[in-house]
Amino acid sequence: MSILIYAESAEGKFRKVAFELASYAKKVAESLGTTVTAVTINTGDVSELSKYGVDKVLKVTNDKLAGFSAKAYADVIKQAVQKEGAKLVLLSSTTDSIYLAPLVAVSLEAGFASNVVGLPMSTSPFQVKRNAFSNKAFNITEISTDVKILGLAKNSYGIFESASNLVEEDFNPTIGDNDFGIKVESVEKGSGKVSLADADIVVSAGRGLKGPENWGMIEELASVLGAATACSKPVSDLDWRPHSEHVGQTGKPVASNLYIAIGISGAIQHIAGINSSKVKVVINTDPEAPFFKVADYGIVGDAFDVVPRLIEKLKAFKASHS
Amino acid sequence: MKILVCISHVPDTTSKINFTDGDSQFDANGVQFVINPNDEFGLTRAVWFQEQQAATITVVNVGGPETEPTLRKALAIGANDAIRVNANPTDSFFVAKQLAEVIKNGSYDIVIAGKESLDYNGGMVPGMIAGILGYNFLNSCIDIAIDGSNVKAIREIDGGKEAVSTTLPIIIGGQKGLVEEKDLRIPNMRGIMTARTKTLTVLEPVDASINTKAVKFEKPAPKSAVKLVAADNLDELINLLHNEAKVI
Repeated sequence: MSILIYAESAEGKFRKVAFELASYAKKVAESLGTTVTAVTINTGDVSELSKYGVDKVLKVTNDKLAGFSAKAYADVIKQAVQKEGAKLVLLSSTTDSIYLAPLVAVSLEAGFASNVVGLPMSTSPFQVKRNAFSNKAFNITEISTDVKILGLAKNSYGIFESASNLVEEDFNPTIGDNDFGIKVESVEKGSGKVSLADADIVVSAGRGLKGPENWGMIEELASVLGAATACSKPVSDLDWRPHSEHVGQTGKPVASNLYIAIGISGAIQHIAGINSSKVKVVINTDPEAPFFKVADYGIVGDAFDVVPRLIEKLKAFKASHS
Repeated sequence: MKILVCISHVPDTTSKINFTDGDSQFDANGVQFVINPNDEFGLTRAVWFQEQQAATITVVNVGGPETEPTLRKALAIGANDAIRVNANPTDSFFVAKQLAEVIKNGSYDIVIAGKESLDYNGGMVPGMIAGILGYNFLNSCIDIAIDGSNVKAIREIDGGKEAVSTTLPIIIGGQKGLVEEKDLRIPNMRGIMTARTKTLTVLEPVDASINTKAVKFEKPAPKSAVKLVAADNLDELINLLHNEAKVI
């Protein structure tokens, strides 16, 4: 049962999720006694994958694939799976991978389990554990098809080094013109700042901040920590912050290593969106705020007093630990 | 313009999640069910198309008779008619296959399904429908405009957004942004009354393979209590985050 992963890159460089996926694949491959093949699309240098146990890379380089097209990328992955005879396909949970995964599944007649957390619980029958009910429960899913696809939940496994002798092979799948039914006209990306999707640390603030003019200290705290900024739903509804920063059930999901909630009471819809984060810190004046029930560390205090002092302390900490 | 909006019948977010039968079934006892939020954004956007571009809206759900109140609610919000495919929606591919059949028979121009449901969070159905039918597919759609058969839309991407163009027919994976929360319609009395007389057709499922099945559910281990740090002892917080949690 050989394993194929799609190692995603952005602007020619691997995204961190590619290394997490490779680490996961390596571990599963060890238990099955098989190897890991990665397919890459327009990634410049692929040698980094040898740090994470990948045995072989199918390198696709094609100008037609310069912009993301779910259908075309799905087509590439399908052809790579067929070429390798892979029985297990691993994808990450980025916006693009979630978009293309069901297309790959249908074209390969493969059973697909998304939001997988942890290693397979059993490989015969093939059972995996998945997040469900907005992180309020796990669903153990059995996949019965010959080819199986797993979507690994973001930041659920971790990155582990394992050196390998990587074989690189150029791969030229057929790309049909009908793969481009959706035409990308323009892409707008926030510049410079850490994006929520890739952030290890997220600094998030709510209505406790009293007004948009008070976000300076949130941005500064984020900048000291190399974090992305986020906000609660009321804050984006009030247009204090852009909608793209809204995290929670109807906003963006967050699965960071550290989530710092400032002046956010912790409505159930908010918690549903951020609960996959590993370590949660709450700073709130109200000790009864529901966020304290889900947080790991808490400070009962006024953000306007605590945050500026925390920024100074963290600057000193960073200076002595760099 | 014919629009099909796919509706999932899901437990309200505030519901307590419990399981029965040796943790193999969701316990619906005392649970309030709602239109899946991502579907509701799509439904409201469809109502705008109805009001502004004379579209007709059919809502569809794959589920048992217990899901009909959710479909009636969608009719009360403004859908013209409803279809229920009478089957247990356990596997995404099976569900997508049922919906693809409805779409083929109804020749819809636009199909809007929430990018993810609140219960199983699978996020697979809209893409699978597109895969089965070979239609154009746009996921994480946060804005859409239709002019004749031309579509201009915006997709949310990691760290930004992307403007795309395509043509009908199209499958949309919808979410907040198609409309905002404040735009959502609450059914009024007139809507509720007329919904009672609108057509709700029940179809039997077509044969389709079931590729996955949920064999068991588990609840997360109870969380240990929060460690409180005094507001005047921020060094301790930094110490804990660095040495204990190892996240900074």
